[in-house]
Amino acid sequence: MIRFDPISDVPRSRVVWVTLVALLVALFIAGLVFVAAGTNPLEAYSTMLRGTVADWSGWSEVLRRAAPLLLIGVGLTLAIRAQFFNIGGEGQLLLGAVAAGGVALFTPIAPALMMVAMFVGGALAGGLWALLAAFLRVRLRVNEILSTLMLNYVAASLVVYLINGPWKGEKVRGFIYTDDFPAYAQLPTLGDTQVGWPTLVLGAALAVALQWFLGRSTGGFELRVVGENAAAARYAGISVASVIYRMALITGGAAGLAGVGEVAGIHHKLLEPGQISSGYGFTAVIVAWLARGNPALCLVTAPLMGIILAGGDVLKINMNLPFRITDVFSGVMLMCLIASEVFVKNRVRWGR
Amino acid sequence: MDELINALLRALAFGTPLLLASLGAVINERAGVVNLGVEGMMALGALAGFAVAYGDGTPGSGNLWLGILAAALAGGLAALLHAFVTITLRANQFVSGLSLTLLGLGVAGLLGKRYEGLPLTGQPPQWPFTVGAIVLAGLLAFWLSSTRAGLTLRSVGENPAAADVLGLNVGAVRYGAVAFGGALAGLAGAYLSLVYRPSWTDGMTNGLGWIAVALVIFVGWNPLRAIFGSVFFGLLYYLQFRLQGKTFIPTEVFSAMPYLLVIVVLGVAGLRGQQGAAPESLGRPYTRGER
Repeated sequence: MIRFDPISDVPRSRVVWVTLVALLVALFIAGLVFVAAGTNPLEAYSTMLRGTVADWSGWSEVLRRAAPLLLIGVGLTLAIRAQFFNIGGEGQLLLGAVAAGGVALFTPIAPALMMVAMFVGGALAGGLWALLAAFLRVRLRVNEILSTLMLNYVAASLVVYLINGPWKGEKVRGFIYTDDFPAYAQLPTLGDTQVGWPTLVLGAALAVALQWFLGRSTGGFELRVVGENAAAARYAGISVASVIYRMALITGGAAGLAGVGEVAGIHHKLLEPGQISSGYGFTAVIVAWLARGNPALCLVTAPLMGIILAGGDVLKINMNLPFRITDVFSGVMLMCLIASEVFVKNRVRWGR
Repeated sequence: MDELINALLRALAFGTPLLLASLGAVINERAGVVNLGVEGMMALGALAGFAVAYGDGTPGSGNLWLGILAAALAGGLAALLHAFVTITLRANQFVSGLSLTLLGLGVAGLLGKRYEGLPLTGQPPQWPFTVGAIVLAGLLAFWLSSTRAGLTLRSVGENPAAADVLGLNVGAVRYGAVAFGGALAGLAGAYLSLVYRPSWTDGMTNGLGWIAVALVIFVGWNPLRAIFGSVFFGLLYYLQFRLQGKTFIPTEVFSAMPYLLVIVVLGVAGLRGQQGAAPESLGRPYTRGER
């Protein structure tokens, strides 16, 4: 029989080493999955590392992935703190991409203002998409995991409809994507890599801003109270509904910004959902969870998960493994992280 | 008339995996444990079922019935992982289930790569699954409401502290219920890969597991009502294929329909205050001496 004795004041060092052990256990379990697939796990891991962190071209792939992960991840830290399990980052990102595409291709906005308009539109679209789930949760008690997940599928269908139908490019017969955005609606990347540095800078700025918001502002305080004890928040006169709505707008808005960054920086057009995002919305959940709800820590965890996604690409090309392998990593890491929570807060004893 | 009967039969065929999976989820949720890993367990069941039924490809090397058993085992084993993490280690049930879905989809996609696109010779008939699922719904409804074991399961989900005081082993009941739920999700997967579309493709569950989870709320944790809920969604899938490209409505509207409808249905359940029918301690880990 396992027994847990609560620790009253958890030292920070304990949080760090338990998290590290959880990650090691996750890598070990993922290794077992590699073995089951008939692949040598050590070879797989070293291939991943050599293809990602060994040289600049590897790092550029990591950073390319880290940009959207950082934006969505810092937004999700607020959701985690408010106990709102937003699994809809993927859909919110797609809505941001749709808004960016709509603004870039179909509005007569002056070139000088175009980029700003795209980011504002993307943030609004992503934020409203998340707000829908927040509204359903607050007013009708609809579980947000289910609603945000379903909205992912709906968003993907919307994108497919647009690129197949009304927004299908006039110059791209046969393919399903839109025309290219005009040059002034494209974001620069770092050198000849696909690192969207404006999005990275935006993500870093948002990480710092939200860290301040959570720790120092009244709004952040209210949000933490709502997450820790909604009944107490209500008793203290905090409007739980409006706190949840504001959080949803920020968390969805951040994912929307990531969507703008992907289409404006890398693809320069709206294309199939699976090509706009390779599961960023899901991986970002782990970015936020690893950072334990601290926006600034996402600056470390986003590149870390970037290594996993870029590594998945390397494994696909070099070892002919399906990209699904990244789902194995995400699933195992998330499970080990939440399972480790009990070891952070308790001392474990065997016996009655 | 023929059209109507045909529609109903197709709805039953589409609805069978939904019914199997949601019956499993009804049982583990009535014991107080939410498992959002249904989609992942379904994928694992679909792969395990196909792999054992396929064998090495030569006729006679695989076994259909062993395949079905393997699917249930795969789903059950995956569910035990969720049970360990949420019951023994008291982790958040929603997040654990979500990670189980990612893990299940990932493992199935990785291990299933070698089966991608291979044809299955000889598929089991559909009707035993459909009839079996409906009979099972009836049996579970009776078992829950009128047997001692069913009462035990319900009391563990409603008031684990009281059940504990009465000498019931809360943890053991919950482990059993979660494993049962996983086994049924695995069976639902086997139905997909052996009966419905006798083949393996990555992502073949396509959100069905999530719809099954939502269905549980929609039918108010009632096994009998799950039959009607499944047929309802089955009908929707049927209409999606029947009407695609035949109306002015874009096909994407139809492909988004089941997911949109899940949201609508959950909203309606919320309007009717149906969440009040949820087992009292649903989603909460139990620790002796805590409230």
